[in-house]
Amino acid sequence: MTTKQPLSHLDWLEAEAIHILREVAGQCANPVLLFSGGKDSLCILRLAEKAFRPGRFPFPLLHIDTGHNYQEVVQFRDQRAAELGERLIVRSVEDSMQRGTVVLKTPDEPRNKHQSVTLLEAIEEFGFDCCIGGARRDEEKARAKERIMSFRDEFGQWDPKNQRPELWNLYNARVHKGENIRAFPISNWTEMDVWQYIERENLALPSIYFAHQRDIVMRHGSIFPVNVPLANGDLINQPKAGEEVINMQVRFRTVGDITCTAPVISDAADVSKIVLETATTTITERGATRLDDQTSDASMEQRKKEGYF
Amino acid sequence: MATQHNDSLLRFMTCGSVDDGKSTLIGRLLYDTKTILADTLNNIARTSQKRGMEAVDLSLLTDGLQAEREQGITIDVAYRYFSTGTRKYIIADAPGHEQYTRNMVTAASTANLAIILIDARKGVLTQTRRHSYLAHLVGIPHIVVAVNKMDLVNYDQAVYEKIKADYIAFATEIGLAQAREIKFMPMSALNGDMLVDRLDNMPWYQGETLIDILEAAPAAHSEQSEAFRFPVQFVCRPHDSANPDLHDFRGFMGRVEAGEISVGDAVTVLPNGYQSKVKAIQLGAEQLQSAQTEQSVTLLLEDEIDTSRGDMIVKTSEAPEAVKQIEAHVCWLSETPLSPARTYIVRHTTRESKAKIGSIQYKVDVNTLEHLASADLKMNDIARVTFKLAQPLMVDSYDKNRATGAFIVIDESSNNTVGAGMIV
Repeated sequence: MTTKQPLSHLDWLEAEAIHILREVAGQCANPVLLFSGGKDSLCILRLAEKAFRPGRFPFPLLHIDTGHNYQEVVQFRDQRAAELGERLIVRSVEDSMQRGTVVLKTPDEPRNKHQSVTLLEAIEEFGFDCCIGGARRDEEKARAKERIMSFRDEFGQWDPKNQRPELWNLYNARVHKGENIRAFPISNWTEMDVWQYIERENLALPSIYFAHQRDIVMRHGSIFPVNVPLANGDLINQPKAGEEVINMQVRFRTVGDITCTAPVISDAADVSKIVLETATTTITERGATRLDDQTSDASMEQRKKEGYF
Repeated sequence: MATQHNDSLLRFMTCGSVDDGKSTLIGRLLYDTKTILADTLNNIARTSQKRGMEAVDLSLLTDGLQAEREQGITIDVAYRYFSTGTRKYIIADAPGHEQYTRNMVTAASTANLAIILIDARKGVLTQTRRHSYLAHLVGIPHIVVAVNKMDLVNYDQAVYEKIKADYIAFATEIGLAQAREIKFMPMSALNGDMLVDRLDNMPWYQGETLIDILEAAPAAHSEQSEAFRFPVQFVCRPHDSANPDLHDFRGFMGRVEAGEISVGDAVTVLPNGYQSKVKAIQLGAEQLQSAQTEQSVTLLLEDEIDTSRGDMIVKTSEAPEAVKQIEAHVCWLSETPLSPARTYIVRHTTRESKAKIGSIQYKVDVNTLEHLASADLKMNDIARVTFKLAQPLMVDSYDKNRATGAFIVIDESSNNTVGAGMIV
């Protein structure tokens, strides 16, 4: 009976994440799970199933929609929530723009960072005391410093110099009214772990993660998707004068706002090929693909201090 | 191959004083295991150049925050990852600087192995003693003493042997050598000697490289058998479901903190003492015959028992004591000192209790290991403290069980985690 065989790393990471999700459910009065339809949040949905089924999730799902999301991802998001029979709340940056709480400098500016405003508005509207998210410490160096239960003040601010110590697996998610916790069950996962888990659990993903043909231009050394249709039929990311539009086989390593998420050249059409590609890549997940992380060495840290995930 | 699925996992930490080369060691490990990708390397190469360095400074990899980059120091514990193809590693990277004790204790709490770095030019220092004492206190099962910067002492074996002998003498003095197997190795983190590659500067050292040691270290909980401990995190009662099979479903959800449990085992629920048997063990939709330490599962019992979060399911034959007073080594983590006049919250497994300080028996001077009298505790202090509890806690001593022997202290007014406790 005594096996004494250590858990495989995926089993261990899964067990840790389930434990964290249950701590949120046990400690917080009104948590919410941030769900974008992307690969990390899809892993968390599977983990939530393992943590809480046959019961319902003890939290609704929330998506902060920038209005610039890939249609395939938005459809997938809705379909997945419906299949699970869980409540999906969508709040959009465009509503914040109409309220005047988000003011864009230029109409085509990336809206990723403005999600913080809409998120904080949603937190206030519903009185959430904890937001569960799919951030991982391997994504970015400011994230490497973040706690699994990360305290945010009433302005949603993260103070990297004043974080709660986190010892053993004793998490502290206590907050006063107005403050909240950001909980990151897959903090200890890497991009590779996520893909291995998706493969093992046979998770369905939005099609844009897999190699497909797409119109692109080369802009500032990155592959930039152009003429992308939005749900209302508008095309976003028009090529600029003089840019040559090429049809190329690409896939997305990370899925976010259309205006700042770049694909990579790839012929990986299934998960096992993506796992291989991830093992041999020489570029980090955000290095080639997230234009908004590259504005300065500290752009992620700055956004997190302002309430971003 | 890095795509393999059945790798095990090891959590370890590095410690040493400020200039012992900790960041360089981590940078080198990540570099030599091909964890650093080209764009990251380009970034730090650019920064190295900006700072006027000739070679790429691998230690820059671990400086994550703006203030750290500005000041060139490390502020807080960070977690880093690499994988060798047979194992995944989580490094707790604790700064050697200020706030050393609380950061060290924090990083050590989840580590199964500690690499204690010693500068070959300086030998065993106060910092080495302090870190060794803390590693011992927090019960890290495996200790590796790495004599670093061998390149700066001409890779001289005599220097290494002298430091090794000095360390053994000191480790015996604090009881560490008797409690643990300590491994020694010479290295140059800067040049990469004996980390992943042996190189050829120290032919006199035939022992394991660092990566050999890491690959072979047993994962937590695979070593000793422990009594079964299952703190209940969450109770699943989906009675509103349309599915009649679920009307009477009552699942106790939690993580096996220690030991194993199998279907049919006799269990007791604490603190109420109700007894039953395990009817089923589930992990998601999967039915398990047994569950082992660190697995998060759902237990179904044969009898309907009123149980809620904070209760603990144990094997009837090996129940722990429920106590309303605990004695513990406490590391104070907060800038606000511990006040014996105040009431705190103690969180132990999934259970919380209000707590008052019974007495501070003594404070440890972590430099001299002397016991001192003290009326309060300041940040980074380590002391032996008794607590009086409002609720009973089901505890084991920390040296028997790192999960059920540990607790945190929470300040009710700030909700901050202010203390870490290890039950004696």
